[in-house]
Amino acid sequence: MPITRDEVAHLARLSRLALSEAELDHFAGQLDVILTAVARVQEVAADGIPPMTHAVPVVNVFRDDVLVPALPQEIVLSQAPAAEQGRFRVPRILTED
Amino acid sequence: MSTGPEMSTETSTELTGLTAAQVAAAVAAGEVSAVEVTAAHLNRIAAVDPQVHAFLHVAADQALAAARAVDDRRAAGEPLGPLAGVPLALKDVFTTTDMPTTAGSAILGGWRPPYDATVTARLRRAGVVLLGKTNMDEFAMGSSTENSAFGPSHNPWDLARVPGGSSGGSAAAVTAYEAPLAMGTDTGGSIRQPAAVCGIVGVKPTYGGSSRYGLIAFASSLDTPGPLARNVLDAALLHEAISGHDPCDSTSVDAPVPPVVAAARQADVAGLRVGVVTQFGGDGYQAGVLARFGEAVELLESLGAKVVEVSCPHFTYALPAYYLIAPSEASSNLARFDAMRYGLRVGDDGSASADEVMSLTRAAGFGPEVKRRIILGTYALSSGYYEAYYGKAQQVRTLICRDFDAAFEQVDVLVSPTTPTTAFAIGERADDPMAMYLADLCTIPSDLAGNAALSVPCGLAPEDGLPVGLQVMAPALGDDRLYRVAAAVEAALEQRWGGPLLAQAKGLAAPPGRREATGMGEAGGIGR
Repeated sequence: MPITRDEVAHLARLSRLALSEAELDHFAGQLDVILTAVARVQEVAADGIPPMTHAVPVVNVFRDDVLVPALPQEIVLSQAPAAEQGRFRVPRILTED
Repeated sequence: MSTGPEMSTETSTELTGLTAAQVAAAVAAGEVSAVEVTAAHLNRIAAVDPQVHAFLHVAADQALAAARAVDDRRAAGEPLGPLAGVPLALKDVFTTTDMPTTAGSAILGGWRPPYDATVTARLRRAGVVLLGKTNMDEFAMGSSTENSAFGPSHNPWDLARVPGGSSGGSAAAVTAYEAPLAMGTDTGGSIRQPAAVCGIVGVKPTYGGSSRYGLIAFASSLDTPGPLARNVLDAALLHEAISGHDPCDSTSVDAPVPPVVAAARQADVAGLRVGVVTQFGGDGYQAGVLARFGEAVELLESLGAKVVEVSCPHFTYALPAYYLIAPSEASSNLARFDAMRYGLRVGDDGSASADEVMSLTRAAGFGPEVKRRIILGTYALSSGYYEAYYGKAQQVRTLICRDFDAAFEQVDVLVSPTTPTTAFAIGERADDPMAMYLADLCTIPSDLAGNAALSVPCGLAPEDGLPVGLQVMAPALGDDRLYRVAAAVEAALEQRWGGPLLAQAKGLAAPPGRREATGMGEAGGIGR
């Protein structure tokens, strides 16, 4: 069994997903099946094979550092869940202690 | 819905049966106005989309305005591009400043992007008329559109079946004659698989050949925009219109666009070396799919292609490698949905912390498949598991590329069935993730390698009468080879069938002129 319900709960916390108990039950079983299937990559003899992160070997893509107008503030803030005084308003980020 | 000028239903219906190339030619010649063509398609959408649910948003007023602009340019004697006045259905993953963009997710419900995607902007500049945004699996994760937060789309051949996914709304719109063209994106097969199960043409260009700027990211090293159409030439015209280097996408390839339109017109496979991938077939493949695929291979041989079998041993591991790489990238990409700058915010009651609001919002705004993949990706990237999962998958990706490289030393293109089965029933695989994943078994290798691949209809499976797709794969930047092969296959099969595959279709996939006979079509729609 590659993954337990407790591990799924831990991963959900790391991923900022407030899952319900029912979701945890459901996903734990499904993720176990999926992980068992994808673990087949471990069968492949790959010693010394370089990892591939990208399909096209494009490196060091530069452009001239030219000033261009940014998006207007009112357009950016028009899509914010909450805005105040020309800024994004967010919930508190510091804890009491 | 506003549908513009008065016209008879008969004319309106005929206009929806035209190809994109025919529409553009008729508009350029002044035989029909872009407004008339657009109105005909809006009528068709109004009539059939309540059943098909291809669209999440129909932008009738903007579409008619865009069409009017094309007509004005023509009246002023300005030159029109090869797709000017042609209506198109845009997958709801491309940002549009004048339409909502949701990526099929509740977390982006009602969001208005502040800028257009490069694909959107290029289509507008080409005079293409954007009809609206199409349904998709949430964040392009799925093979059926059942993962859309806004309900599934239906396969126009049989409304009880899926249209494939994730670009299922785009495929369904083209199949049901709601648009002659659509744009999709392919990450693991999301253009080719829906095209195959709907009986149309779908193309994944070479990675980097079409821009990802303004595309809501799923897996950035794989995501590739590409065309869907009812025939090969139309797909090529759209392919060319959206392609080319984009400085806004750092992975965009700065190379000439492959001559795909010329290749589609060439339609010749004489002397071409075609490899049949031996790994795709056998258990899990529907008998009728394999039968039609076998006939397509024989057809290629009869047209002068040299067919050989080619072994790509690591393709067997493409699916597991993909389901580690794509979720890993997704778990990182989707971290941006944090409820702070745009999109949904849940639980902001004045006492909850930012951290708690994030967790509540993401739990409420993401659907089950997205949550599964975020967790899977977070797991695969965790220290302690990284080497065994993500690291190993990246090595397998290299080995799959090497299999392709070796194959393309022997042959010019590879072929396989596009999907192991025809369209499955809505609900059949909805809560069985592994069964759903198998729909992309044959399409994933080209995504991992970043090369070019296409699906073209090759007949109907005898057991269920549903479309089967032939997949053609070519080396990176060899996209034109796909069109040579597909156009040759299409021409030969249409000669055999006496018309396009969709002419044999039932239901809402039946073309104008055959709709009365099927008792479907516009009957009862508000287009009348």
